[in-house]
Amino acid sequence: MSRRAVGTDFVVNAVGRRVPTVVNEKEQAAFAGVGAHEPQGRKQAPSIRSCRDYPADGDKRVSDLKTALKKCGLRDGMTISTHHHLRNGDAVALMALNAAADLGTRDLMWFPSASFPCHAPVIDLMDRGVVHHIEGSMNGPLGEYCSHGKMRGMGVLRSHGGRWQAIQDGEVPIDIAVIAAPTADAFGDADGSHGPSACGSLGFALADSIYADHVIVVTDNLVPFPCIPWQIQGNNVDYVVEVDSIGDPAKIVSGTTQITKSPDRLMIAEYVALFLRDTGIMRDGFSFQAGAGGIALAFVGSLKGLMKQAGVKARFVRGGSTQYLVDLMREGLADFILDGQTFDLAAVESIASDPRHIATSPFTSYNYHGKGNFASMVDAVVLGATEVDVNFNANVNTHSDGVLLHGIGGWQNCLFSRCTILALPSFRDRIPVLVEEVTTVTGPGELIDVVVTERGIAINPRRTDLLDSLKGSDLPIRPIEELKEEVERIMGGPPAEAQITDRPVAVIKWVDGTVLDTVWQVETGSP
Amino acid sequence: MMSGGAGHGAAGPTGDDVRSDLHVEIELAEKGGLQIELDSRVAALYGDSIRETAERVLGALSVKHGRVAIDDKGGLPFTIAARVEAAARRAGAKGKGDPRPERIVTREGPAERDRLRRSRLYLPGNQPKLMINAGLHHPDGIILDLEDSVHPDEKDAARLIVRNALRSVDFAGAERMVRINQLPLGLEDLKAVVPEGPDLILVPKVEEAAQVEEVAEQIHDVRTKDGDNHPVWLMPILESALGIENAFAIARAADTIVALTIGLEDYTADLGVVKTTQGDESLYARTRLVNAAHAAGIQAIDSVYGDVGDTEGLVRWSQRSRALGFEGMGCIHPRQIQPIHDAFAPSTEEIEKALRIVSAFEEAQAEGLGVVRLGTKMIDPPVVLRAQRLVHNARRMGLIPEDES
Repeated sequence: MSRRAVGTDFVVNAVGRRVPTVVNEKEQAAFAGVGAHEPQGRKQAPSIRSCRDYPADGDKRVSDLKTALKKCGLRDGMTISTHHHLRNGDAVALMALNAAADLGTRDLMWFPSASFPCHAPVIDLMDRGVVHHIEGSMNGPLGEYCSHGKMRGMGVLRSHGGRWQAIQDGEVPIDIAVIAAPTADAFGDADGSHGPSACGSLGFALADSIYADHVIVVTDNLVPFPCIPWQIQGNNVDYVVEVDSIGDPAKIVSGTTQITKSPDRLMIAEYVALFLRDTGIMRDGFSFQAGAGGIALAFVGSLKGLMKQAGVKARFVRGGSTQYLVDLMREGLADFILDGQTFDLAAVESIASDPRHIATSPFTSYNYHGKGNFASMVDAVVLGATEVDVNFNANVNTHSDGVLLHGIGGWQNCLFSRCTILALPSFRDRIPVLVEEVTTVTGPGELIDVVVTERGIAINPRRTDLLDSLKGSDLPIRPIEELKEEVERIMGGPPAEAQITDRPVAVIKWVDGTVLDTVWQVETGSP
Repeated sequence: MMSGGAGHGAAGPTGDDVRSDLHVEIELAEKGGLQIELDSRVAALYGDSIRETAERVLGALSVKHGRVAIDDKGGLPFTIAARVEAAARRAGAKGKGDPRPERIVTREGPAERDRLRRSRLYLPGNQPKLMINAGLHHPDGIILDLEDSVHPDEKDAARLIVRNALRSVDFAGAERMVRINQLPLGLEDLKAVVPEGPDLILVPKVEEAAQVEEVAEQIHDVRTKDGDNHPVWLMPILESALGIENAFAIARAADTIVALTIGLEDYTADLGVVKTTQGDESLYARTRLVNAAHAAGIQAIDSVYGDVGDTEGLVRWSQRSRALGFEGMGCIHPRQIQPIHDAFAPSTEEIEKALRIVSAFEEAQAEGLGVVRLGTKMIDPPVVLRAQRLVHNARRMGLIPEDES
């Protein structure tokens, strides 16, 4: 592939956004509409290996990460991946990148499944040239760094399902996957539900373990073979490294997950629950997904009361699992929890001990380039956003001033639910959430069905079925334009447009690998 | 804290947890024009708007020279205007222009004298953040409080926030009440808020009819000057043994009085007894107040239930309160509103019975009969009256479908 300057050419894609045709020297397809892109070719695969080259006794331990990286053939320009199940308590990503730095490696691409504030020291590694750029979520200091144009390559943000798709389709060949494992055996079988650094599911590391050229498992809880259960198969693993600690347990899972106390947010949660009841979506055998945000948790509480009243139970619920979903299952109101990530102690304890609480992966739940996935089989999903516009397009990535703020997570993938509900305040302090046009499109409006705010509920006009099902309901259904105008009145007018430059610093990928939107460098020294 | 004098003034809270508010410092000067330094988390979105608001307020107060430092945490325009004005006034600005923000809400028609007053939500007068969405929780009334929830050094600043909120915040049809300070400070409050058309003034710590008369006169004077003769209702708060003893006289002190209420924290302190969740210690005062109010033809409204976390206790208290003859009570958190509305609502059985009595009465009227019968029972006129009142209230609470009579 010829070397081209970043972002020299742009095209306007199907949501009307200007996107680069080349990102980090790779040709890109622009978003062509939901379901419009037809993938070609065969999946990525690592080279064939032989048992001949691995110890017959199954003991793949090496003394430390540096040794393991050297044995994996680490060299300049490689792609190193990590997962984020240890969340803000993760120590392994920095351990791996620092080990690479000590070995004098340069220009690495770090490919995390998500980054957290604890990963801010990667900024220093980028300044020193060890890391060239990041493809993965960037928030806090990393988001600022990228937004101000300081990263050498372009950021590429993908959903959890989109990351699986990119790995599987060969868009991002991983040279070395470094997998933090709360429990593992010397063969490389690994699991997240036990051990002092238990985090629940390890699903985000699964694609890395299958498709990476080399795989290193790092654990602080080595058990004799077999590690039961295993989510990562040792048969994909090259080396096992034992360390004192893979992270800070207090930051890996929260002791308890707190429901919101804000009366406005409780009201939003109540509206969502009533919406599911009044539309008839809440019926025996239904399914829903709700995350661990304050409104989502309160929603589970409200819905539980309505389910009890109506005498219905869910066939399955999807998490982000917390105490609230666990209680729902234990009280007989849900048959199964299909768990993508495990947020609090009660949920970790449940996934480790209750066979009805099952660890899933982005492959089963979210991968768009598969023979279906769970996300489209969920009756209703409750999500947040930083902005929604009058065309129901939503943004979860950038702040209204254009700065990168959040990753995509499973958000994009969840939009394929039968009923996608965004539950959010219509403004935060003096930051409007309902706007004329979102700063960044993370999700196209055609997939967003309902926007629930404290000032009323807006239903996408495409969903006439939902509107019909609400005849006779007391819920405050209002046009989204009217809600937006009310917010602007309260704010004292529409917000000024973000001060951004014409230089792209990151792209937002859609679930099929096409480019949905561009994040532009923000003007430095803005007022 | 209030700080001011010698050309320097500051207003508004500081700290990392401040939201929807701002801190303003002003240093007046003789020359050099205005230097506005703005640090705002919404500078990229509303920086120009914040500066315009500040310049407009300072212009009205004839502040032409000086340094203005604004540390904004997402304050809305009415808050920005109030904080800038408070800082400027504390710095000694004396301009005679009108610094008030644009009026974006107006009173919705004439206020009913005996409207539903089941719940009234207290909002501390110096905390604009709590005001913005208060109406969404549908209390019957909101109280912008200038009295006990405002620190003595912040009375001037709170008065500006409350005044501006009355012009700018949509309380979604809730009755807009202001609790003023005790006199004479309360008279200053009235000058600031009455021109903004509050529906009702709560007068605290009333012990004598004369106190209410003075408030009514002040309101009358401000109204006359203002040219608006819309009634501003009064609700005296009795908070002492003496106030309770004078309840009837107080209830009749002005023709704009629509309700009496009681403040139990101060009342129990006056008696030197512990305030309990059963309320036996205040039973006499409360029943006496109910009787005085009814004798004067106005509503009796109960105090607040102080433990926000104890919904069961709140429900018990408010059910008992209704049984005693109160028509509503105060709320200190939005989550108390719905339980109170439920408790003050008549039961389905009560409504059905009242509807039967009313229809029997109407039939008797139509047939020209003087005696109302329901089955084998004869119904006395007071029973009919009570049933009519109950039906009227139930209808206002939305408990009777439109097509049923």
